[in-house]
Amino acid sequence: MKHHLSTSVNGVSRQDEVEPRLLLAQYLRDVVGQTGTNIGCDTSQCGACTVLIDNEAVKSCTVFAVQAGGHEVSTIEGVAQGSELHPIQQAFIDNHGLQCGYCTPGFVMATKYLLDQNPDPTEEEIREALDGNICRCTGYTNIVKSVLAAAAALAAAPSPHAEGA
Amino acid sequence: MIPVAFDYQRATSVEDAVDKLTEAGDEARVLSGGQSLIPFMRLRFAVPDTLVDISGIRDLSFVRVDADRIRIGAMTRHSDLARDPVIAANLPLLGAMAGKIGDTQVRNRGTLGGSVAHADPAAEYATLCTMLDAEIVTTRRAIPASEFFLGRYTTPLAHDEVLSEVTFPVATGGHSYIKFGSRLFDWAIVGVAAQVLDDGVRIGLVSMADVPVRAVEGERALAQGATAEEAGRASTTGLAPTASVRASAPYKLHLAEVLTARALREAGAVRV
Amino acid sequence: MTTSDMPGPTRFGIGQSVRRVEDRRFVTGRARYVADIRLAGCAFAAIVRSPFAHARILGYDIQAALEAPGVVAVLTGQDVVADDLHGFTASVMPEDMGGPKGHRTWRPILATDKARFVGEAVSIVVADTAAHAADAADLVEVDYEPLESVTHLEDASADGAVQVHEDCPNGNMAWGLMFGDQAATDAAFAAAPHVVKLRVENNRVTANAMEPRGCIGQYDLAGDSYTLHTSTQNPHGVRKEVAEVLGIAETRLRVIGPDVGGGFGSKADAYPEDALVLWASKKVDRPVRWIATRSEGLMSDTCGRDQVIHGELAFDDTGRILGIRAHGMHNVGAYIAPAGLVPSVFSLRFIPGTYDVQAVHVMTRGMFTNTSPLGPYRGAGRPEATYLIERLIDAAAAELDMDTLEIRKRNFIATTAMPYQTATGYLYDSGDFQRVVDTGARLADWSGGFTSRREQSENSGKRRGRSIAYFIEQGGVFNDRMELRFDPSGTVTIVAGTFSHGQGHETTYAQMVSEWLGVPFDTIRFVQGDTDKVPFGRGTYAARSSMIGGSALRVAADKIIERARLMAADLMEVDADDLEFGEGQFTVVGVPDRSMPLVDVAKAFFYPRGITDKHGVGLDASGTWSTERENFPNGCHICELEVDPATGEVTIDRYVIVEDIGVVINPMIAEGQTHGGLAQGLGQALVEHHIYDRESGQLLTGSLGDYGVPRTIFMPEVVTAFECTPCTTNPLGVKGVGEGATIGAPPAVINAVLDALRPLGVSHLDMPATPDRVWAAIEQARVGAAADAAGREGGLT
Repeated sequence: MKHHLSTSVNGVSRQDEVEPRLLLAQYLRDVVGQTGTNIGCDTSQCGACTVLIDNEAVKSCTVFAVQAGGHEVSTIEGVAQGSELHPIQQAFIDNHGLQCGYCTPGFVMATKYLLDQNPDPTEEEIREALDGNICRCTGYTNIVKSVLAAAAALAAAPSPHAEGA
Repeated sequence: MIPVAFDYQRATSVEDAVDKLTEAGDEARVLSGGQSLIPFMRLRFAVPDTLVDISGIRDLSFVRVDADRIRIGAMTRHSDLARDPVIAANLPLLGAMAGKIGDTQVRNRGTLGGSVAHADPAAEYATLCTMLDAEIVTTRRAIPASEFFLGRYTTPLAHDEVLSEVTFPVATGGHSYIKFGSRLFDWAIVGVAAQVLDDGVRIGLVSMADVPVRAVEGERALAQGATAEEAGRASTTGLAPTASVRASAPYKLHLAEVLTARALREAGAVRV
Repeated sequence: MTTSDMPGPTRFGIGQSVRRVEDRRFVTGRARYVADIRLAGCAFAAIVRSPFAHARILGYDIQAALEAPGVVAVLTGQDVVADDLHGFTASVMPEDMGGPKGHRTWRPILATDKARFVGEAVSIVVADTAAHAADAADLVEVDYEPLESVTHLEDASADGAVQVHEDCPNGNMAWGLMFGDQAATDAAFAAAPHVVKLRVENNRVTANAMEPRGCIGQYDLAGDSYTLHTSTQNPHGVRKEVAEVLGIAETRLRVIGPDVGGGFGSKADAYPEDALVLWASKKVDRPVRWIATRSEGLMSDTCGRDQVIHGELAFDDTGRILGIRAHGMHNVGAYIAPAGLVPSVFSLRFIPGTYDVQAVHVMTRGMFTNTSPLGPYRGAGRPEATYLIERLIDAAAAELDMDTLEIRKRNFIATTAMPYQTATGYLYDSGDFQRVVDTGARLADWSGGFTSRREQSENSGKRRGRSIAYFIEQGGVFNDRMELRFDPSGTVTIVAGTFSHGQGHETTYAQMVSEWLGVPFDTIRFVQGDTDKVPFGRGTYAARSSMIGGSALRVAADKIIERARLMAADLMEVDADDLEFGEGQFTVVGVPDRSMPLVDVAKAFFYPRGITDKHGVGLDASGTWSTERENFPNGCHICELEVDPATGEVTIDRYVIVEDIGVVINPMIAEGQTHGGLAQGLGQALVEHHIYDRESGQLLTGSLGDYGVPRTIFMPEVVTAFECTPCTTNPLGVKGVGEGATIGAPPAVINAVLDALRPLGVSHLDMPATPDRVWAAIEQARVGAAADAAGREGGLT
């Protein structure tokens, strides 16, 4: 039996009829049609599906879409402003913080949340904060570099991108 | 994997939640943070036919001090507990534990009530409840922790009984929580918590049995003047932990003893 | 290493840390992995898998599943038999290489008479939604007769072992391999003053690429042809293998590799699911899509390593190696994977490593077990070989109380001895191992403060140890083909037979072309992964692309220049010999202001008539290259770590990697490969272990919670450097990059742990060195127990 879902995804309001068992990650990919959020595991361990709900980082595979009703969901698709990349995205490119790219949207969203909470993290704080995201390609060294670079870039020129948008 | 289909309802109040659960029948479950329940549903280990979502009930999210007890609402999230100044001032051990549960994303959704009701002996709060004589308050009764954790994932909660809050003693003394193995795996291979109270030291063990463990033998030894190592060894008296893929039983016993000694030192519970 | 912003025309050339052009789509969530592809009318498949390690299949009851909501088809092994589909088989068997005949297996795409491992596909359910398919899959009933199973290597070779394939003439032996000279080696051992012996395990691991496998099969009734989108490392290889299974001509099957989220070898060949979705699509006349869950992947992805080997090293009083002997077993799994033989071969041939020794005799057997098939995983046999020799040489050093760096330097093949023919048939062309290791030792402060650091560790109750491990491997296998194709506007497209799935080829190949042809970097287009667009290729694995792809591209580029030179000569009305080409221009020798850009010359190839009669329409060329003349990347790892003897926890304090990859195309990307390889090597050494229960055959590590994959807080800091000797066997001078760190890390870590624990009486440890197992080794030494399993009583390993 379908349930009415009224939510907002990347600032756009939506009204949908969904099965309660539809995971938020599947809702975003299959109903909203934004496939940037990736599913990498079935035990809530890999973090590839990380999105923000009301500006908080969550694993969208461990939330039912219906739970997001009345809340604001932010995904990787909402991070860049048109063709202008967010400093976090640019930092990942500049510092080779990705290889196959599958975990990258999750890391970008988790980084966005981290830097919101802690604009000047140490390397150790970065590793602790991103412990919920797995990468199999990079060995994490350049991901940490990317986050440090993003923090520096944001500190130098606070992003015109509205935080949480 | 995709969960089995279920009906979904949002409760507007605790009473409403109970009504909905009662009406839905005994295959209904409460949904709070979902960080334990949803993974089980995705693997089809849990197949409720109805979920009653209590996350919208604002009244269930609180941290209050009531004389010498601290009361925490069931919907309070781990991330909030980890940062809460009232927790830091009144029961910092809980804050320390909350900050080590899972990872950032899990902590943003997972709740105290949900974790306690799930009764996984590898989860922190169950041990904290047991070692500090917490009281689990539901819509029907108040259950002492010693009567709550009946077995792995087993509690006396009826399907339409909602865990609404957990109360702990205020404990501002020395404390320590060591979660071993989290660099490698999500769940603690073994965890040890120590809390200095006015009337003695409490020791709790995570992942050492099918239920959370309060290491009474270790506490007794300490009270009788044992060293940290001696108390550590006494703490595992009578325990027969199950081996897992990453830890044999003898190793878990040994590790618990070593970590107990370390936790006791860190908590300032021993002089040497 | 930082990205360099060097001005000038060389900014995008070879050797520059050019930022990757492909990254934009990945950081914005606009990549297209197979699960992102939407086809109209697509149906969804769920696979029913055997819960038993070994069972006869007596029958099926699919009625309830067929009647479930949304279901359009339920297929079983009976349908496979009825449609006379072929099975997957090995691409190469020992007899193809002149060795003794092995036992070839044919793996049906759905189990027919027997299930041979937990997770083997038994039925496919197709429905209108993924949820309906999953629900219906639960309703498929299979009548199993469970049989005894065998999952551990040594059990598989024991007398009276359960036989995985009843028709295998040699019990569970799939093949036997041998290299070297037995008589000479036995003689060397007989005369040697010292011999060390080790039995080492190379633990079973699984790739766990972040993107689970998945595929979409589409049958076109009107054209009687198929299209397969699949998460693969090797689209053309998949086409060949699947076409054979379905009994169709390759020309009727188009395979498309979209963006692929990692592979590490596990996606180097086709899987039954690739054939299943195509076969099902024809039956239901709709596209059929299947995406693995992580649990399915852990059960059914091709795994890596899983070897037990007994090795011996003979040496003299000065530490000179006199001979190497080894005999081992490699787990094959329930069926031989297409590239299943590859790790076994490499696991023997690289045992001599970088050491000057000719008396070598090494053997292995491939053994069937009731586990999922095994095949290439990052390193594919080189990790096994390197682990053995590096463990043996450290054991020799311990016996002589010799510095582990010194003993290696004493045995290194000298640069003056190159090219050097190994006892196992390789011809090492180049390499300066002394220089690499000297650089490593300097970066790691090898001769500096270790003693005082060890004392400090001991003061805080810890044990400190260190090691130096050296690896050498072969970069790449087989041949490949690359094309360069100009369009009428003078822009060039690279058409690659290799297949980038995280390696940055779109950037690195463009760097090469930009440098060789002098065309603007950001105009270069890149096409890969579609068998309709790329005439032929072999994909990417085994560190092959920079060498084979790059060299083939060089050949193509040279042909382009030659064809264009002739056209330019006509356009400029000079002799072709009077033209020189450089920085994108044809210039008359001695007359620098008479020049013509290649881009303009290219356009002339598209004139509607006239000059094209002579030179042809279109400017394009293909090049091929192979590993007939091999290349040998090599390098050293230096690891220093602490062990907490009370808990068994290992903490790496410093880690240095110095690699010789011939020529560095893009330092940033090469370093990234080293980091990623290191994570996987450390993972194998410290935490990863894919385990089946010895009695029941059940998979115990069925989720990421149980199978430890390195996380952010797991990785130590690492210092990397390149100390290169150009390769002499290809025009670029490159040696393959990407696997080295996975190969070097396991022996570096284990040897360092043993170095730390030797004072406690520990002389042996098998991987993974989890806290549990390290503690057990310490306990065992302490208690002095003889039994191997004493310290792990009650454990499951």
